[in-house]
Amino acid sequence: MTNTSEQILDIKKIRKDFPILSREINGKPLVYFDNAATSQTPTQVIDCIVDYYENKNANIHRGVHSLSQIATDAYEGAREKVRAHFNAEFAHEIILTAGTTHSINLVANGYASILKPEDEILVSAMEHHSNIVPWQMLCQKTGSKLKVIPMSHKGELEMDTYKELLNENTKLVFVNHVSNALGTINPVKEIIDLAHGVDARVLIDGAQSAPHIKADVQALDVDYYTVSAHKICGPTGVGMLYGKEDLLNMLPPYQGGGEMISEVTFDKTTYAGLPHKFEAGTPNISGGIAFGAALDYMNAIGFDAIAAYEMELLKYATSEIEKIEGVEIYGTTPDRKTAVLSFNIEGLHPYDIGTLLDKMGIAVRTGHHCAQPIMEFYKIPGTVRASFSFYNSKEEIDSFITALKKAKSMLL
Amino acid sequence: MAKSSSRQKRKINVSSIQERQEEIIEEFSMFEDWMQRYEYMIELGKSLPLIDEKHKIEENIIKGCQSKVWVYAEMDDDQVNYTADSDAIITKGIIAILIRVFSGQKPEDVMNADTSFIDEIGLKEHLSPTRANGLVSMIKQMKMYAIAYNSQQQNKA
Repeated sequence: MTNTSEQILDIKKIRKDFPILSREINGKPLVYFDNAATSQTPTQVIDCIVDYYENKNANIHRGVHSLSQIATDAYEGAREKVRAHFNAEFAHEIILTAGTTHSINLVANGYASILKPEDEILVSAMEHHSNIVPWQMLCQKTGSKLKVIPMSHKGELEMDTYKELLNENTKLVFVNHVSNALGTINPVKEIIDLAHGVDARVLIDGAQSAPHIKADVQALDVDYYTVSAHKICGPTGVGMLYGKEDLLNMLPPYQGGGEMISEVTFDKTTYAGLPHKFEAGTPNISGGIAFGAALDYMNAIGFDAIAAYEMELLKYATSEIEKIEGVEIYGTTPDRKTAVLSFNIEGLHPYDIGTLLDKMGIAVRTGHHCAQPIMEFYKIPGTVRASFSFYNSKEEIDSFITALKKAKSMLL
Repeated sequence: MAKSSSRQKRKINVSSIQERQEEIIEEFSMFEDWMQRYEYMIELGKSLPLIDEKHKIEENIIKGCQSKVWVYAEMDDDQVNYTADSDAIITKGIIAILIRVFSGQKPEDVMNADTSFIDEIGLKEHLSPTRANGLVSMIKQMKMYAIAYNSQQQNKA
């Protein structure tokens, strides 16, 4: 890695924002390479949560008292930040949820009363279980058919087959923007346009893209888009569902309760409008506000700089790991990939590698990454996945490579 | 009379399981750092007699999120013998330790044995229920075999 990449971001300064990065694990400095599972949290976001409980805590949308108004303004302010970040047309198209899984289930549940047995749903072969299981459940309820868009050995979706699968019965298409197990960036704009050609609706799971790519939902013309805050320096248990206004209005409410009603009698309940129709009960108020703070933090650094720096890290790590004999990398689409290095070493089990790396202070993910169909495709039990973030350094990659060589020599 | 003799027997055999556990604790106490401990486990894993291929079937598999484990048990006279395997070598090392403690024991003693010695040798994290490597379920399965063989023995008697 050259000096220029260090100049893209002031890594030393950025690392100081993340208190956890200076702790030790098993007596060694923590090297955190499990960013695709969850990102670490900067002081600015932690402070925002503390500030909420110290200065703003009240229930929102219902109090006449000032504190409730302060909390409501902060929460709705965060929704506006999310809207602006993803360039939605209206703030009420942003449903604040518990995260991507919740968002997907909300949409799947809604379509249970819309789909008919002759309808077809397409999912990609590289989905996370959370973007497979809800649709299987939906198909069980409606009798609709679930079809799979296959992938190539390089870890790319086979677009020709996708085109063949689309027909007038296709009602929904679900694809992740970025694969969590491989890091592949899918051609979502093309996928969306082709689906719209047969009048199908598209949900893009943005859980893995949000930390690296600033998606513009209007430019993509996407119908539904989902994100988890904890992958983009925000807290756990909060995320968003973006939906086009008419497509959200079309869906029935997901959960009943307070906040989501307009009028209730024992004969009939009139539901509130968007977004409250889908936000029953007291939401994760501090989480929602901190989600906004996390977007502020990342935007201040800038997504172009983040993407450029992470690409440098990925290239460096890839070139170093390729020097180790027996390494096989999964997901080999170098131009369309986020900073994920999913690999195995010949003759070694990912669990063993992960266990020994952990002893040396290095946190990676091992296993099937909640994407068993991908592992089945490659006929492997799992992979070791190192996923990098903008706060990681070249020195950490060096430690990782040294530890990996050590683990290999111990195991072989 | 029958009661007291069975208590007598149990006492002898529990101490036998305990003896083996203490032996292992002593072995592990000689290691100076985690690396020596894991190198030893890897050696144990490599030396584990593999399960007979005919028992390496879907029925005997325990699927963890991280690694798979196969376990099978047979009675030899009044003792239960275990064979097992895993696709991960460190998991296999821990299996080798468990087999060393439990194989060749009376089913009743395996039923009543505890596995806290694993904590003492610094391998606690591998037996965490959330680790999903199949080991917790494997111990449960070893005990299930013991319970089944024990009730079989009692029925015969």
